[in-house]
Amino acid sequence: MDAFYASVEIRDRPALAGRPVIVGASGSRGVVLSASYEARALGIRSAMPITRARRICPQADFIAPRHEVYGRVSAEVMAVFRAVTPQVEPLSLDEAFLDVSGSVRRLGRPARIAAVIRATIAEQQGITCSVGVAPSKFVAKLASAHCKPDGLLVVPADRVLDFLHPLPVGALWGVGERTGEELARLGLRTVGDIAQTPVATLQRELGQAAGSHLAALAWGRDERPVVAAVPEKSVGAEETFAADVDDPEVIRRELLRLAGRTARSLRASGCVARTVVVKLRLANFRTITRSRTLREPTEVTSVIYETACALYTGSGLDRRARLRLVGVRVTGLTPVATAGVQLSLGEPAPSWQQAERAVDRIAGRFGPDAVRRAALVEPHE
Amino acid sequence: MKIELERDALAEAVAWTARALPARPAVPVLAGMLLAAGADLTLSSFDYDVSAQARIPVSTQEEGTVLVSGRLLAEITRSLPPRPVSIVTDGSRAVLTCGSATFTLLTMPVEDYPSLPQMPELVGTVGSDAFASAVTQSATAAGRDDTLPALTGVRVEIDGDSLTLVSTDRYRLAVRELRWNPTRPDLNVAMLVPARALAESARALTSGAEVCIALALPGDGGAPGEGMIGFEGAGRRTTTRLLGGEFPRYQNLLPSQITGSAELVCEPFGAAVKRVALVAERNTAVRLAFSPGQVVLEAGTGDEAQAVEALEAAYEGDDFQIAFNPQFLLDGLTAIDSDTVRISFTGPGKAVLMTGKPAGGAEPDYRYLLMPIRLGA
Repeated sequence: MDAFYASVEIRDRPALAGRPVIVGASGSRGVVLSASYEARALGIRSAMPITRARRICPQADFIAPRHEVYGRVSAEVMAVFRAVTPQVEPLSLDEAFLDVSGSVRRLGRPARIAAVIRATIAEQQGITCSVGVAPSKFVAKLASAHCKPDGLLVVPADRVLDFLHPLPVGALWGVGERTGEELARLGLRTVGDIAQTPVATLQRELGQAAGSHLAALAWGRDERPVVAAVPEKSVGAEETFAADVDDPEVIRRELLRLAGRTARSLRASGCVARTVVVKLRLANFRTITRSRTLREPTEVTSVIYETACALYTGSGLDRRARLRLVGVRVTGLTPVATAGVQLSLGEPAPSWQQAERAVDRIAGRFGPDAVRRAALVEPHE
Repeated sequence: MKIELERDALAEAVAWTARALPARPAVPVLAGMLLAAGADLTLSSFDYDVSAQARIPVSTQEEGTVLVSGRLLAEITRSLPPRPVSIVTDGSRAVLTCGSATFTLLTMPVEDYPSLPQMPELVGTVGSDAFASAVTQSATAAGRDDTLPALTGVRVEIDGDSLTLVSTDRYRLAVRELRWNPTRPDLNVAMLVPARALAESARALTSGAEVCIALALPGDGGAPGEGMIGFEGAGRRTTTRLLGGEFPRYQNLLPSQITGSAELVCEPFGAAVKRVALVAERNTAVRLAFSPGQVVLEAGTGDEAQAVEALEAAYEGDDFQIAFNPQFLLDGLTAIDSDTVRISFTGPGKAVLMTGKPAGGAEPDYRYLLMPIRLGA
């Protein structure tokens, strides 16, 4: 999708059409989640702090994100993709790889399939999208970026190198700022330059794996298949504080809230998890993660919370380190129907698990805060 | 130092003493094993929590003490040919000769080695084999999660001539009772002993007929921190620092009300659990469905491999289904010292009690309480 969130907002409020539109939470720590092309032309970029965006572009319309709407549109867009082929690998809410090699006989050449997808989405959802068609995932992604917005670019197998070689090295997957500098030092500025460099030289300068990886990409080789329906590998939640926090009490309370949210999505997905991961970002943006694998998989807030607290304490950051963000995540998911839940001796009956499931049902009817832990009630309430 | 001794006696004593060598020594000398030659040869190792000391006969030509790498000495003595061994110190080196093999070992400064804790006061004795099997049975349910240190211990309760050993990791609970000979009949104490150290000590002391138990409780003169327990037998002694922390009040967990029970022959039951569990990934549940005269074991789900096996079982009652972590179930079956296991139910979603079939109506001396896995929502 092109400028996905912004496009959805413009679709729903036609008065915004043609104006610079910026979607992002308005708090002091909010960042730009999406910006219309009019806003981008003025220098607005994704992930830029909202405060900075306001300075650069005060005349823009700033809109708070409506994630549930985007989620709905995304699901419908993915359904359009799945009508074309079951081989759909979603990259994010608004981006996916489709392997259409099995659909050619039914729907025509890839270029035609791409045109049909674009037309269907424009008609059904009222937003535009860009499609890159190519023999490999990475070239297809480059092609779609190249033809944005509202474009279609077909790069047939015999044109891949013509398309690829003039591009700057930064276009290659895996080349960020650091590798880019490294390559510039070697005098390599375009993908074509890399292609003409012996693999051994690249490996010597960038390391064994990175060297051969770049050489392969520069020649348009990308063997990664489109992997459909990657199963849910983890669920979690994180929170950026409005102001940095160094009080361990406040951080533990936040961990409890996040553990509760994580456990709720875990139960909603019908899974239990084995590993708890805590993410702590310091005021200086240094981020550390710590994880612990439980003996028995769980879906219970208190188990996730206690493990998260132990990890927080174990990190040594509970001694008044100033934190900007904390996150709780669980991985190693198994469907609860297969794994079951190991009960503990002396556990009250009904168990925490049953209690939390009851709370989930209450939340479903009366809103997420209808029942919550006393520790999470704000003092003024 | 200049000594000569039997290869087997040395190898055995070194292997036993090496148990207390720390895997990651806090200070380098703790990786050493101290050999002190006098009338006997005394071998010592210590990691601040656990100490081990073995005493073996030796023919000493020149008395002395030497500290060498314990790990290396253990590997060397294990591989020696069956010939007499001599150890001679030569400056900062120790030379070990056995048959045609000669090893020159670096030594560490003896004066830097910490002194081992004194053996505390003797509180009683117990038959070594009975003690070893009781410890193995009770330690099977101990936790291995260091975040809950109290659960990594075996609670040892002394009440006159009865000794009770208990462990739990919250999912199961093992209780073993046995008789012993206290020095004071009115002794009534309880302590928490690290399960791994206790199991190793008990296993390693079976070469003598009796094990002496020595105890220094916290607050006793000279006892460090949480107190210390010592075991001695057949020329070997070991001390272990006690664990602190609160052990769950397990008496309340033992069921008073039984809703039904089944009896199965241990050996085929265990074999069937192992077979069926092959398809239970990562110890997911094995399901047991009891109906009159039989039990059906099942594991796996529709999306994966599945296994099913039916066994005879002495069971009278309504059809009853329950699921367990197969490893927990097998641990209990292995620990029960009987041909037949009795599984007593206390209700759906509640623990089962596993015991050996009591002979002649006597109370079983070993009880293994296991919580089931709840399947589905």
